[in-house]
Amino acid sequence: MSEADNNLVRIRNLHFSRGHSKIFNGIDIDIPKGKITAIMGPSGTGKTTLLKLIGGQLKPQKGTIHFHGENIPAMKTKKLYEVRKKMGMLFQSGALLTDMSVFDNIAFPMREHTELPEVMIRDMVLMKLQAVGLRGARDLNPSQLSGGMARRVALARAIALDPEMILYDEPFTGQDPISMGVLVQLIRSMNDALELTSVIVSHDIQETLAIADKIYIISQGKIVGHGDPQEMNQSDSPWINQFVHGEADGPVPFHYPARSYKDDMLAGQ
Amino acid sequence: MFDWFAQFGNKTIEFFARLGKEVLLFIQTVLAFVPLLLRPALIVQQLFSIGVRSMLLIIVSGFFVGMVLGLQGYNTLVDFGAEESLGVVVALSLVRELGPVVTALLFAGRAGSALTAEIGLMKATEQLSGLEMMAVNPVERILAPRLLAGIISMPLLAAMFSAVGIFGGYLVGVDLLGVDEGAYWSQMQAKVDFDQDIVNGVIKSVVFGIVTTWIAVYEGYTCVPTSEGVSGATTRTVVYSALVVLGLDFLLTALMLE
Repeated sequence: MSEADNNLVRIRNLHFSRGHSKIFNGIDIDIPKGKITAIMGPSGTGKTTLLKLIGGQLKPQKGTIHFHGENIPAMKTKKLYEVRKKMGMLFQSGALLTDMSVFDNIAFPMREHTELPEVMIRDMVLMKLQAVGLRGARDLNPSQLSGGMARRVALARAIALDPEMILYDEPFTGQDPISMGVLVQLIRSMNDALELTSVIVSHDIQETLAIADKIYIISQGKIVGHGDPQEMNQSDSPWINQFVHGEADGPVPFHYPARSYKDDMLAGQ
Repeated sequence: MFDWFAQFGNKTIEFFARLGKEVLLFIQTVLAFVPLLLRPALIVQQLFSIGVRSMLLIIVSGFFVGMVLGLQGYNTLVDFGAEESLGVVVALSLVRELGPVVTALLFAGRAGSALTAEIGLMKATEQLSGLEMMAVNPVERILAPRLLAGIISMPLLAAMFSAVGIFGGYLVGVDLLGVDEGAYWSQMQAKVDFDQDIVNGVIKSVVFGIVTTWIAVYEGYTCVPTSEGVSGATTRTVVYSALVVLGLDFLLTALMLE
């Protein structure tokens, strides 16, 4: 099989700007089928924007995003909604519907998109909940869940329709060490057991390096490096080095651009 | 000088672009009514939270407004020895004007603000985005049932307002002030015309239902997804609804009295 056939998503020459600020300035990304691809970069580099572009919620000014060989930005609304059934997305906040229980949240996409009888939906919901270890929490409301539990419920909902690809938006942010471990393990095992393709957007280095098969690092609208975790750790690019090892100063300066310290202090007199 | 010109042009273009988007969204929402009819449960749920939950407020307000009308009407009419016409005065004021208008104003405060806050918070907590990614169109699933429920609820609520108001006027006029009971009802029956008065009142309340619910739903859907954004949108819903209802009421009345 040639390499082109192996990629579920192919992004080419993507340009996106919001108002006057350029967020992406011609990036190319390949997301291989069956693998976990991580997209990393400092906060504010538009990682979440990238997921919204892949999901077709935003349209790029230039460039193509091919999913199964079809260009997402060029799709009509109806077609786009068809394609989204093949994608699951895990939002940072969970994005659970607050007016229904955990059970109904997971049943929601099934009830919306299938004609399955309620008995079968019940079985499927319980299976999804079992996979994330929250079968006992089915009657709770989203407001009663901890952050980690909400994210697991959201994960169960993301796989409700058995998608081909899951997009994770900052899955590790704000989690305690135990929830973090659970999520890391869940993402890896789901990817392998369900033969999914996963895309993780994150800036949590250790967790991401631990499970990703392929990593892209974005900064200032460009891809500054990509490769497997090994390559990232040993990279000789000063930028990647600073990011991966979390150094305070380097190519990304500690100080926000300003005039010289001395001038600024004297100006107060 | 040119700066001012450019800014003016910019603002004008922006205004029409926004107007165009709003009209498009409205058309999409109304088109979504058709598939919605196959899922009546969604409408019923909204009828409950928008309509039924507003009933207490509407009924109590209608009762007091009717009683005030009875008092004021009697005081004026008795000077001309025409207190027998009290029933007509109360019924016409309610059915033609106060029923639709006051109901719409109360509705905007009670149900409209709640709708804006609900949809705005759904946006702020990424629930709308989440729906889109689950391949569920929020325009069809969230906006359409609420708009339709608002349009159905408003004329029913206005009818309740008027009915309870007429009863309030009866209590004050007949039981308290001693207007003849037979005259109260029979004059009302003779002078209130179905086509001229009741149908026109219903038309008004349907129009107000469309306008107030749409403002509420639109403000929520397009709000800035922050706590400030939601609070601003909620305020705008109530203010815009009140202004548009009162303005439209004048326009509709002028057309109807033609």
